[in-house]
Amino acid sequence: MPPAPAAEEFDLATVAIRDLNAALHAVPHGTNRRHFRVTNPRGAHSIAVGLTEPVQVDVMGPTGYYCAGMNKNATIEIHGHAGPGVAENIMSGVVRVRGNASQYAAASGRGGLVIIEGDAATRCGISMKGVDIVVGGSVGAMSAFLAQRGTLVVLGDAGENLGDSLYEARIFVRGKVASLGGDCVAKEMRANHLAKLDRLLKAAGFDADPGSFTRYGSARKLYHFHADQADHY
Amino acid sequence: MCGIVGLFLKNPKLQPQLGRHLSAMLVEMTGRGPDSAGIAVYREPVKDALKLTLFHADDSYDWDGLAKALKKRFGAKPEIAVRASHARLTVKAGADEVQAFLAAEAPDVRVMSAGDTIEIYKEMGLPERVIARFDLRHIEGTHALGHTRMATESAVTTAHSHPFSTGRDLCLVHNGSLSNHNRLRAVLKRDGIAFQTDNDSEVAAGYLASRLRHGRSLTQALEDALADLDGFYTFAIGTRDGFAVLRDPVGCKPAVLAETGDWVAMASEYRAIAMLPGAEAARVWEPVPAKVYAWERAH
Repeated sequence: MPPAPAAEEFDLATVAIRDLNAALHAVPHGTNRRHFRVTNPRGAHSIAVGLTEPVQVDVMGPTGYYCAGMNKNATIEIHGHAGPGVAENIMSGVVRVRGNASQYAAASGRGGLVIIEGDAATRCGISMKGVDIVVGGSVGAMSAFLAQRGTLVVLGDAGENLGDSLYEARIFVRGKVASLGGDCVAKEMRANHLAKLDRLLKAAGFDADPGSFTRYGSARKLYHFHADQADHY
Repeated sequence: MCGIVGLFLKNPKLQPQLGRHLSAMLVEMTGRGPDSAGIAVYREPVKDALKLTLFHADDSYDWDGLAKALKKRFGAKPEIAVRASHARLTVKAGADEVQAFLAAEAPDVRVMSAGDTIEIYKEMGLPERVIARFDLRHIEGTHALGHTRMATESAVTTAHSHPFSTGRDLCLVHNGSLSNHNRLRAVLKRDGIAFQTDNDSEVAAGYLASRLRHGRSLTQALEDALADLDGFYTFAIGTRDGFAVLRDPVGCKPAVLAETGDWVAMASEYRAIAMLPGAEAARVWEPVPAKVYAWERAH
């Protein structure tokens, strides 16, 4: 069996983002061109967005807005910090940030796994719809705002208004929570939650005891308007 | 949308390169603000004198004539250094009396900054054009702030460009929009703050000037701003010896901070910081909303 081909390299000092993304989109289905390296990202926007094939892309430095947005099937690893909106609307595949992530990481993600080894800023997982997010550090204020489905795991602390207006997403936090948003409450950790958390921690490569986390979820009081709350308005 | 950059040099050996590095950062923020650009630079402090940056819409304005008139009124002849539409004027007189003189004798001349260290250069057009026009790449100094503007709420003119100077050696650049600036402007006018435009960011600048006049420190004034300013903002504020950064409590407008042994830098996006020497080894972080970050040079 021949050895796997070496990673194909795109140096953003000489290659335009548009050309990089066009080349990644042109990778044919079923090819053995599987590994790409992007060097000199220097905070550029929209690196490796809209991929659909199960390729591995290593981005060798910090990225700007929307890296790995709309990802489907690909595994994208950012060897540095990620700018706003990393993995926004991810459909499937894996996005790993070796550093910190700016605001609204994995916003509205529908599937796949997003791993942030450092901290994530405000609104991490806002309006998430099925993505699993594991943050090695802490998350900023308003994380998982309007989260509908999927799982947010935080090994560190969470900022103010965690899970405000939450639907059916699950949140697990190991550290302190500055405050819970409207309709977000601490819930009992049952065996199925421990198993799910254990799977996610292992998949993300973190060695942490699922039993040391607290689960948060929706109190489901905002689902319907209650006439007896009318005087609150 | 707008772009903000700031560079505060810790290593004095980099001071001759301040303009070059800040210009590189500013050009990188062109996409965030193509309407106008400007910088405030802290350099060449004057002793027992007042340094003003003045603007006249006509590049061929007779600055020597103005210098002669100032000499007649205040005795010693002021020093004038012209850069395109702007002129730096150093005069041995008080800020209020010089401004009153200018208002009466040269009403077309606008005061962009006043202090003993600050200079402000700003103009309409792309950052690259503004930098070339004022020859900013060759400007040296200890620290500087820059702004690229995409106008959203008031006209695109030189006067509406940032930075806004707000008091002696103080300036502010803003990314965002304020929603209570009209009422606040009226309150501040009663408190003796003068405004040159209808711009919302100038109100934020005036607000800080007002708080400082009332004896608040810069950090306290910015903490007051969290309660009194309504809207979206990332501010960078320059002072004689340092600079500060504040984001509103919701923190929608981006900001990145970075620090090495040689410099502290702030920008709307990392790609501006990536232009700096040693950026790849810098400690990089996102300022937390509603928290004041301030640096000051030790004396």
